[in-house]
Amino acid sequence: MSMPNLRVRLFGIACLAMAIALPFCVSTYYTQFFAKALIMGMLAMSLNLVVGHGGLVSLCHAAFFGLAGYVLALLSPRYDAASLLTTLPIAILCSGTAALLIGALVLRTRGVYFIMVTLAFGEMLFFFFHDTKFAGGSDGISINIRPEIAIAGSQLLDLDKPMTFYFVVLGFLVGVIALLTMVVRSPFGRALAAARDNERRARSLGFPIFRLRLTAFTLSGALAGVAGYLAAAQFGFVAPQMLGWHQSATILVMVLIGGLRSVTGPLVGALVLIGMEEVLKAHLDNWKLAEGLIIIGIVILLPNGVRQIWSMVFGASPQRAAEIKPAAAEARHA
Amino acid sequence: MHDIALRAAGLQKRFGGLLAVSDVSIDIRAGEIHAVIGPNGAGKSTLINLLAGELLPTSGEVLLNGVDITSLSPDRRARAGLGRAYQKTTLFAQFSVHENVRLAAQARSTAPLRMFGGTRCDRPYLQLVTDAIDRVGLSARSQIIADKLSHGEQRQLEIAMVLATNPQVILLDEPLAGMGPSEARGIIGLIASLKADRALLVVEHDMDAVFELADRLTVMQDGRVIATGLPQDVRVDPGVRAAYLGADGGIA
Ligand SMILES: Nc1ncnc2c1ncn2[C@@H]1O[C@H](COP(=O)(O)OP(=O)(O)OP(=O)(O)O)[C@@H](O)[C@H]1O
Ligand SMILES: [Mg+2]
Repeated sequence: MSMPNLRVRLFGIACLAMAIALPFCVSTYYTQFFAKALIMGMLAMSLNLVVGHGGLVSLCHAAFFGLAGYVLALLSPRYDAASLLTTLPIAILCSGTAALLIGALVLRTRGVYFIMVTLAFGEMLFFFFHDTKFAGGSDGISINIRPEIAIAGSQLLDLDKPMTFYFVVLGFLVGVIALLTMVVRSPFGRALAAARDNERRARSLGFPIFRLRLTAFTLSGALAGVAGYLAAAQFGFVAPQMLGWHQSATILVMVLIGGLRSVTGPLVGALVLIGMEEVLKAHLDNWKLAEGLIIIGIVILLPNGVRQIWSMVFGASPQRAAEIKPAAAEARHA
Repeated sequence: MHDIALRAAGLQKRFGGLLAVSDVSIDIRAGEIHAVIGPNGAGKSTLINLLAGELLPTSGEVLLNGVDITSLSPDRRARAGLGRAYQKTTLFAQFSVHENVRLAAQARSTAPLRMFGGTRCDRPYLQLVTDAIDRVGLSARSQIIADKLSHGEQRQLEIAMVLATNPQVILLDEPLAGMGPSEARGIIGLIASLKADRALLVVEHDMDAVFELADRLTVMQDGRVIATGLPQDVRVDPGVRAAYLGADGGIA
């Protein structure tokens, strides 16, 4: 293992250790706060498979997130807990299927058209839940009792305890990071990135671009479903806003803040954005304005996202060095 | 294997009012290099795009080993054994030389879209990658990002990527353009060595290279084939002489 690689791994382990220690060090309020932030991080990472690795700016990601939340809400009995082990797979399946169907249509377009069409489909789902009565309409519906993790009637984990819920979220988060890392590094992930870099060349080499992107889009939607399910379970409430374009844009901002080129960058972006909101909300009346200015500042100063701080602090990775050297040589030439 | 690896019959491509390719029929045989020459705008690149599937013909058909592939997408054609290099360099600009070529080999490997396992475990195709980089003479530059290569090196990389897909039929659009004389020498030798078990169509402006390489020669002008046959016959064709002598007289 090369040195930077080892360092990245040690850093990852340190982060995980901190995440495990966290709920023992902070109040219940912050345990819940961080559970929510990690769920949003998971959501942002799932979007980045399409945006960062696939090069496709999607504005309907919240639809898959919200859909899974609604699935949980609709499957939850009024006076009883739903079983996580059956409802979560159903929610993932629904989000994944929605992504497959929408993807099959939107992936025939490119560039700005792609953004517009994803926006349209996202809004279609939003208005579907907003304007029909079966799922509470614009008021949304509440989930009276959290889903439970139980086998043969005996409860394994009590999700009503904030700390337990936090660790369940953390477990899913680690799973999603592992899955996305595996996919991004696999031949599939390399082909997806190649199609982002030069679609024409990727196609002429023999990569089936449409199938490649549709698979990524579907996987991304399914993972958004995991986040949506957990979010609905945490809040005990779902409303159409969960699916709206405003939410989609927020996820995209998290991805941009965190950087497009890594798996965990968007997680950092989500933590930064949500943490910043929390601090600003407590101290300012016009916190939205301040937040906007700070986001603009971040994007201008750190075009590769907050993660660039990593390479600023710890030095460039070897691949970057190879990139920079010839560039410097050219600069001298000029 | 079919003697005629790639056949185009009555190909026509219209861009609005312009007939870029008009009633072109061409046979490319296994074990041969078929050169296509013609003045700028003659329709050579359009012909390659029609053969590779990037453009759909207005009429006419394309057969690969006797099978009609006229309506197949470019990626299906590539998987059926067709490889191409572009006139205007078309690479994965942000990736290293090695990664560019590795992706090419991956596209034709047994599981090109495998979603688990890294990209380092596939020994057989990694050998193909190093060989392809070696053969175009880029081994010393394999870790450089494609964007940072000189124009000539990018042309070499373009060819390495075709090699790595190990195609039966190779379409090269001006492979020597932008290369220095010594690199061009190497690439001419390389192209000549490829024909042993493959069929090649080479579009090229460098007449010395054309006459050195070509087993068969087709001349295009204004979208039409004006002469086709053995190089020594085409060279003395009066129509061809008229078309070329007017321009630069370089063919004789
Ligand atoms: N996509 C397109 N849309 C409209 N016209 C096109 C298109 N592609 C090519 N043409 C036109 O078709 C004609 C043939 O172009 P083509 O690129 O095939 O010529 P060529 O023989 O490759 O020329 P060169 O030697 O300059 O590469 C030209 O007049 C060109 O302007
Ligand atoms: Mg051309």
